[in-house]
Amino acid sequence: MTGALLSTGAGLMRTSKRLHRPMDCRVKPGNADKGRCFTALLCIVLPIVSSFARAADIPLDQRRSDSEFISADTRAMQNDDTANPGMLAVLDGESLWEEKAGATDKSCADCHGDAKTGMKGVAARYPALAEDQDRPVDLETRINMSRIADQKAAPLPFESKDLLALTVYVAHQSRGMPIAVEENERTKPFIAAGREIFERRQGQLNLSCAQCHNENWGKRLAGSLVPQAQPTGYPIYRLEWQELGSLQRRLRDCMAAMRAEPYDYGAPELVNLELFLMWRARGLRMETPAVRP
Amino acid sequence: MARALIHVPPTAKRGEVIEIKTLISHVMETGYRIGVTGEPIPRDIIDDFVCTYNGEEVFRATLFPAIAANPFITFYTVATESGTLTFAWTDLHGATQVQSAPITVE
Repeated sequence: MTGALLSTGAGLMRTSKRLHRPMDCRVKPGNADKGRCFTALLCIVLPIVSSFARAADIPLDQRRSDSEFISADTRAMQNDDTANPGMLAVLDGESLWEEKAGATDKSCADCHGDAKTGMKGVAARYPALAEDQDRPVDLETRINMSRIADQKAAPLPFESKDLLALTVYVAHQSRGMPIAVEENERTKPFIAAGREIFERRQGQLNLSCAQCHNENWGKRLAGSLVPQAQPTGYPIYRLEWQELGSLQRRLRDCMAAMRAEPYDYGAPELVNLELFLMWRARGLRMETPAVRP
Repeated sequence: MARALIHVPPTAKRGEVIEIKTLISHVMETGYRIGVTGEPIPRDIIDDFVCTYNGEEVFRATLFPAIAANPFITFYTVATESGTLTFAWTDLHGATQVQSAPITVE
């Protein structure tokens, strides 16, 4: 296990050496002004160069669902609907879909009809940016928007059992469909903002998401395979949590593990990151509810 | 009460060994954890599971705090006759949830 840790560590060290190599350029003595000028130039050029070095995305044909990085037992649990604990929440969501709520005394089904047809493919397009919105919203927030505007009901708190159940029920209708978030002039800046967070070093460990999930996927970290972080099956049933959780909860966990300050639930940064990850996983099949270790 | 998923083959041949799968939603709170206020979170687990086949007990399990949330129990039995398999989960407080599934034996 220590060997595995060391090899991953060495991989990261190699990466950082490569990134910082241009800083090794020596400036001739007695030529201080020129040197400062050169350093200033480097400061401008270096981020551009290193962003090219970092931005090595996983080639499209090498992308794999995180299901391929988990144990065969966990995968079997996910693929068997009578063993997948996420299916219990799907059933909860199915009854909530029919339940009347709020001042209008309407259920989701009263407007949207049968979710099996009406909600098919919806989750594969989220986070999405509607015409009248100025920033993308995730599926959970979209459900709450409908609760507030159409049902005149109180929004459900993030990570509450009911919101997760409704989200997983809606997302489950897209199982097997390819992820297809909208990529256009309006969404591109938000995808880029998400990419910036993905590639930015952060936290006390000074790590970026990309260092593990773009550059070192398939290697081992403390005995577990490092996955590509393709968000194909959210909300997921995570064995560590012993319950269902959203992509935002997972991202916050990752940030805490990097010893960075996690963004709040629903924060624009977190939604942008979510949008970038879904764009990065475009074409991969939805698996909701996925089971992860 | 809690939501349960049961898988029993709807039909089987007489004498055939059949696999039965059950999954029930339950927090299985160990009683060893401490809440945000520093108070211990009281133990809340399912501690007994029993399966009867046309009234005859064919499988029983005693569960302990080390069992993870949403217990998944799978076992085998022999298909002897058409009828009903009944499943009962009982928690520490004595509340029982019963669910059943039919089986046709040819």
